[in-house]
Amino acid sequence: MYRRIDQRKFKSMSRRELLKLTPVVALGALAIPSVQKPLLRLGLGFSDWASKLMFRSGHLATTFSDSDLTPFEKFPINDYDVDDPEVDFDRWTLTVSGTVQKPGDYRLGQIQALPKFRQNTRHVCVEGWDVIGRFGGARLSDFLKIIGADLTARYVYVECADDYYESLDMATALHPQTLLCYEMYDQPLTREHGAPLRLNIPTKVGYKQAKYLTDLKVTNVLQRVGYWEDQGYSEFYGL
Amino acid sequence: MCFSELAIGKIKAIRSFTACKVRFNMQTSAVAIENTKTGEITEAVYEHPFIVRLCHWVNAVALFVMVGSGLQIFRAFPSFGAKIPEKVLINWPKSLAIGGWLGGALQWHLTFMWIYIGTGTVYLGYQIFSGNYKQVLFLPRDIRGVWPMVRHYFFFGAKPRVREAYNSLQKHAYTSVVVLGVLSVATGFAIWKPIQFSWLAWMMGGFHYARLWHFIIMWAMLAFVFGHLVMVVLHGWNNFISMLTGWKKDPEYLAK
Repeated sequence: MYRRIDQRKFKSMSRRELLKLTPVVALGALAIPSVQKPLLRLGLGFSDWASKLMFRSGHLATTFSDSDLTPFEKFPINDYDVDDPEVDFDRWTLTVSGTVQKPGDYRLGQIQALPKFRQNTRHVCVEGWDVIGRFGGARLSDFLKIIGADLTARYVYVECADDYYESLDMATALHPQTLLCYEMYDQPLTREHGAPLRLNIPTKVGYKQAKYLTDLKVTNVLQRVGYWEDQGYSEFYGL
Repeated sequence: MCFSELAIGKIKAIRSFTACKVRFNMQTSAVAIENTKTGEITEAVYEHPFIVRLCHWVNAVALFVMVGSGLQIFRAFPSFGAKIPEKVLINWPKSLAIGGWLGGALQWHLTFMWIYIGTGTVYLGYQIFSGNYKQVLFLPRDIRGVWPMVRHYFFFGAKPRVREAYNSLQKHAYTSVVVLGVLSVATGFAIWKPIQFSWLAWMMGGFHYARLWHFIIMWAMLAFVFGHLVMVVLHGWNNFISMLTGWKKDPEYLAK
């Protein structure tokens, strides 16, 4: 009732089928460090590419009521170096450069003169924890307009008083909830939380939200991506 | 012989028709192996097409990496809920995790998730379009077969007659694990993109619960893997070979 074959034929048939699976063994190449690194970079790059596709510029992050807020004293202070890089507030300016019509030094007052927005949003750390905080400041998009930034440029790059640095894709920079933040919990930023100016980006993971900003550059090319990104973290990490 | 049963009763007819179809499908790729010395005949059935075997093994590697790197990610905040209060639930050893540090583990996790999703999707697509899902999908009619199999495996009960390629308990396991696979991806996306997929996070009871579900589903998955491996060791040499070559010698459901 079945096709009849001899043992030898069956063995060679089985062997052929087994050999078809050899591509699986190729996954073992990932154990070799020189192969592993570029492949994982490729995988992370693919995830970032997919993340950019998933990002919807008009979709807002959930906002919360005041009763959901994490108490200010319990809002974690995360730095890579020092809590307080001892910024001299009197002489502080935000130095703007890159593809903008009006480069130069901007005072805090100029940023505070822009329409102010307050939002209770979730701050999610790459480690997995999160807190809900109250942030206030100017929309980065409004600031980009007054400096005459080329909004078709790819990135907004920032540098900080503690030598931290970060970059943002333009779509996120223009998101209505992306703030140049100078207030937390309706009070001026404290030094530990990034005074006088920090980023608040509810659609991004925590390490993107740089504190103690000193420089802002609109650019199409990044020499460096970000402090953590350059050590292997995701470049986009949108939530 | 199969078709004559069609006349007996409607329900029974549908059932036997399915069984018949399964057998018929199988027989199209069955062979009789002749031992050239003794003349003895052994039957063999081509059970697992290449695409299923490939998905099985690549997915096994991907699952291994996902669990290992996932545990390293968990080490960065070994708790659930918000930052406050933070309680270290489990101090998972670094040696039993993949990636070395959080950034490394995320690279593994965010790379292999695509392989994990890819193999899962190809497998599911193949099962659906080939109609093969019929022999492995757990349906209400399989419920009554579960207890006899449990009795046989765990309480030394008599072995129920084998009529189909997969018994009720196997169907239950292989159906559940597909559901777990889909849930692991859904909970994963709810954690990774809680804003873009806010509806997913909402369905899971919020961001914090999504993370907990993701963790629980991983353990459920590992429970399946444990059972799966135990069964391979105890009963499954033939099954193990068939997942490598596709061919299974002397399958029980063909026994006369």
